[in-house]
Formats: sequence, C-alpha cells, structure tokens
Amino acid sequence: MGKNRHESLGLSDETVVEMYETMLLARKIDERMWKLNRAGKIPFVISCQGQEAAQVGAAYALDRTKDVIAPYYRDMGMVLAFGMTARDLMLSAFAKAEDPNSGGRQMPGHFSSKKLRILTQSSPVTTQVAHAVGVALAARMKGENIVSLATFGEGSSNQGDFHESANFAGVHKLPVIFMCENNQYAISVPIKKQLACERVSDRAVGYGMFGATVDGNDPLAVYEVVKKAVERARNGEGPSLIETICYRLTPHSSDDDDMTYRTKEEVEEAKKKDGLYLFRNYLLETGALTEEKDQAINERVDAIVDEATDYAEQAPYAEPESALKYVYEE
Amino acid sequence: MAQMTMIQAITDALRTEMKRDENVLVFGEDVGKNGGVFRATEGLQDEFGEDRVFDTPLAESGIGGLALGLAMQGFRPVMEIQFFGFVFEAMDSIASQMARLRYRSGGKYNAPVTIRSPFGGGVKTPELHADSLEGLFLQTPGVKVVIPSTPYDAKGLLISAIRDNDPVIFLEHMKLYRSFRGEVPEGEYTVEIGKANVVREGKDISIISYGAMVHTSLKAAEKLAEEGIQAEVIDLRTISPLDVDTIVESVKKTNRAVVVQEAQKQAGIAAHVVAEINDRAILHLEAPVGRVTAPDTVYPFAEAENIWLPDENDVIAKVKEIMNF
Repeated sequence: MGKNRHESLGLSDETVVEMYETMLLARKIDERMWKLNRAGKIPFVISCQGQEAAQVGAAYALDRTKDVIAPYYRDMGMVLAFGMTARDLMLSAFAKAEDPNSGGRQMPGHFSSKKLRILTQSSPVTTQVAHAVGVALAARMKGENIVSLATFGEGSSNQGDFHESANFAGVHKLPVIFMCENNQYAISVPIKKQLACERVSDRAVGYGMFGATVDGNDPLAVYEVVKKAVERARNGEGPSLIETICYRLTPHSSDDDDMTYRTKEEVEEAKKKDGLYLFRNYLLETGALTEEKDQAINERVDAIVDEATDYAEQAPYAEPESALKYVYEE
Repeated sequence: MAQMTMIQAITDALRTEMKRDENVLVFGEDVGKNGGVFRATEGLQDEFGEDRVFDTPLAESGIGGLALGLAMQGFRPVMEIQFFGFVFEAMDSIASQMARLRYRSGGKYNAPVTIRSPFGGGVKTPELHADSLEGLFLQTPGVKVVIPSTPYDAKGLLISAIRDNDPVIFLEHMKLYRSFRGEVPEGEYTVEIGKANVVREGKDISIISYGAMVHTSLKAAEKLAEEGIQAEVIDLRTISPLDVDTIVESVKKTNRAVVVQEAQKQAGIAAHVVAEINDRAILHLEAPVGRVTAPDTVYPFAEAENIWLPDENDVIAKVKEIMNF
C-alpha cells in the first residue's frame, strides 16, 4: 500500500475517488470534442487536458455551495466540480440554444452559470480576474463569508487586468484567490519569453499577498495550498496568488499546430507526468480505488459522454431571431 | 425650488440615490476624501462612509472590471472615469464586458453600472481631457449614452441612469459644470432615458444638438429670430438610444434641419441623425440636412480650441445656407 496523503488532508476515500472521476470526465469530454471537431461536427475545441488535476484540486478546496469562481476557458474540470454537467458542456460545444453557458452565443469554453456561481467571461483574456475582485468586495460589504477564485494562464499574468486586480485586492485585503494554471505556453510563446521572474507567484510580494507555487499535476497538493488560501481569505488575511505548474497536453486549440513551436519529445515527456494517470495510480496504491472500481467508473463516464454527445447533437439551434435579443432589458 | 449648478445637481442626484438604495456605490480616482477633481462627489464619503464611497488605485480597466463584479452580485456601481479621454484604458471593460453581459448570458446576468465622466471643450484642457468620444459608444450595442445640458436634466437623467438595469455612460460637459444655475427640484424625480426635448419651438428649421452645443444652438436661434428665422431647437439628451421620433416629427414640421455637435465630423452622431432623417423624412425635406461639427483632427491645444470648436456663428451660417438652398 502506498502512503495515504489524502486522509491527513481530511479527504475521505470516497471524496478522492469523486475528484478522480471528475478529472476523468473532463478528460473524456475533451477527447470526445476533438473527435467531433475532426469529424466536422463542432467548429472549435479549446482543451483542459493536462490541467484537470489543478482545476479539480482547487475546486474541492472551495465551498462549492457558496463560493464563486471566475474560470478561464480551459477550466472544464473546475466547472464540472462546481456542478456543470457533460450535457451542458456538449451543448456549448455544439452551440445549441439550450447551452446554459451562453446559449451558443460565445466561443466554447466561455463558462457561465449564475445558478452555480460561475461568472461569465469575456474573450480578451484576464478580464475575469477583475470580476472576481468585485465579487470579493461585494461579499465583504454584504458580510457574507464568501471566497472568490479566479483562474488564468501564465500568459494572462502579464495583462494589465491581472496587475490592476491583484493590486486592488491586496490594498483592501479582499477574500479572493488568484490561481494561475501555468501550462508553459501562451499559445506558442514559451514561459521564458513571457516572464522575467522565475515564478508567477513571485509577483505576490508586489501586491502584499501570500504566494505559492505548487505541482499542478497533483490534485492533493493543489487542494492543500488552495485550502490554506481559502482559510486565509475567510479569516480576513487577504488574497493569495497560487501558481500551479501544469503542462498543456494538446495544441492551444483545434486550429493550432503546436509542432511549429515545440517538439513531440517534449510533449511525450510531459505525458509521463499527466496528473490524471498519476492520481489514478496513487488511488490504486492507497487502496482508495481498485481496478474493478476504475473500470466501472470508466464505463460510467463513457456512458455519460455518449449520452451528452447524442443529446447535444440532436438539440435544436437557437432561432436566428433570438440573436436580436438580450441587448437591453426588455 | 433650489437654483443649482450642474455639478451641484449631479452631487444631489448621487446623494438622493445613495439614500434611497443602499446598493448604490460610488468609486473612482479621487472621488472619496477629495470629492472628485471637479467636486462632483464632495461630502458623499463623509455622509455614506468609506465602504460605499471609495478611492481606487489609478487603474481604469480594473475599475471597470471591479464594477462589473460588484454588479453581478447585486450592487449598483457608479464608477467615475476622471476624464473621458481616459476611457480608452477602460474600453474593454465597458465595450467587451459590461455591454455584452446580458446578451452573452442570455439575460441571466445584467450590468446596472453607471459610468460618469467629465468631457467636452472650452475650458482650456487639451486633448484626452476635452475630447468628445461619445460616438465610439453609438456603435456599442448594450450601453446607453446620456449627455445632459441643464442641471434639471442632469439630476433626473443621472437618477434614471443609476436605476437602469443596463450600463449607462453619463457624460458631463465640463463647460456646463458651473457656467449657470437652473431650477432643480428637491428629492427624487427622473428624466426618461431615450427621450429628446424640444427646448425651443420654431417653424422654419430644426436645429438638433446635445450637450454644450444646445446652448450654442439656442444663442444662434435667438439671433436668427431677429432676422425672421424661427428655429426649433432639439436637445437630444440621450445619444444612444436616439429619439428618432422626436427628430422626425420636428423635421416634418420645419422641412429643414441642421445637426450641431462638438465632436469631429466623420461617422459622428450628426452623421447618424442625418441618415435617420433621410430614411424617414426625406420627402419632407426642402434642402439637404446640414452639419456643424469640429474638424476631423485631434482635439487642439488651448489657444486654438475656440476656433476649432463650433460656435454660434458657425450655426447661424449653416442655418442660412440651408434656408437659402
């Protein structure tokens, strides 16, 4: 039996297996979307692959009944953990009327659900970070013990909105967590050409906040550090900047050819550290999961993805006339 | 009834709404202790506290994003952009975020944000302080743009803007802040957004304007009256959505029109008004619709602004040209 790390974090076997299943579901939805794209059935895919561990680990560290997330376009694992369904995500990929994110009005990956406390985002990156700060300020003013968490790539950590938001949150000690999913590339530009500092989390000191860098392939490590940030936020100790080190296992999007700027060998090397499989192995080693259980989970997830795909493919598109709606209050 | 300057009417509107609705927040650069660089928010922090009236760091984009986050949690932010030329820094937060929130969420979210900002020429503040940039937002579906020309309208329109469930850009012409007083009722009242006002009746020609140019147009109309030309003057008050009905009704009566704006000519409000008149009343016209505007150049240095900006003589000349067409 391997060393059990989740028990000391207060996570039951049942919970860590649920986390694994959420990661697996995100991966399998994403893989299906690529197949649908290559078959000409959906126009675009932007992937979560390689970042599910960080996303699900962080989501489980929040109170998923009251906290607010401002995700970015790769956060499929996070929004699934917050209650979005495979069907919701497939409806978005097919841009169908019933898509609860935006009714097919936005690019896929622009997650939104008022009911699930998932803020909508704009396509220029990093805008969601400022919104999360607004949510944190609102929570403080209303006296609600709510934490908001914004995620973004390391590329976004160079945007003015990141710095403007971090500064404001630092000055006012707001209950917000800035979580960078550092996947090593801003489309084609490697991290060495993006940042002069060694770590994204080095930037925390400039805003007077707690900063940490953690292995984004390890959902338990991410859970632990985000949990600490959540406690700080709830105790009035202010914001945190958490950097999760990930690797983007797919090209930037279905329209990108990553072999123009990185090597196959580099990607293959990263796949050996894929958080999904490392976590599966960990669960098997600790006995939280068995091969039989894993097979049952895989079968269940496959069925969910199949059902979601069929449902979304058959769902109707929005009426063209509806494009004129929702511009102003009616 | 109290006599107030426009800036006093604006402060009065903010105070009125902050008293009525605890979800109304005021923030921006120097709006707290300092009361704003033009004193529009003077005394509000003392009265409503530092939670509801607060200074932000110098970060316009962050201010816009913050406002949207607050709005999504049920607040009604009134954010100030210190000078409207600085709105380029906040352009994404307004045009790509607030303006589209309702649409992209299928009506589930909305952004009841009011963006107050001083603008306009004639007070020796050169480019990026005095620019008239309202035209940029005419092509931004999802936001409304309001420009009052009197203290009465400023208060009533600002209260309407704060209560509106969509983002409203409320532009305050700097030259009008303290140049005259007008009657302003105490307490709550609203002026409807999207409704123009016929501020002078006439039968010969319609002069359509907004902001400080309403006063320029009225002066021109008085002089024209001495020469026997009875001009009707329309104050648009709201630039987007435009009150085309009031414009068309007036033009159908007078059969001639001149549009006066302080902004540069190309693709401006005046061009849009001309197009609407052509679409809906062209057979009522006795002459082409005239335009009085600034040149299509960058807002000039202080010594040149009085020449660069349209004045009443420009309006009079254009009206005569259209009358004699």
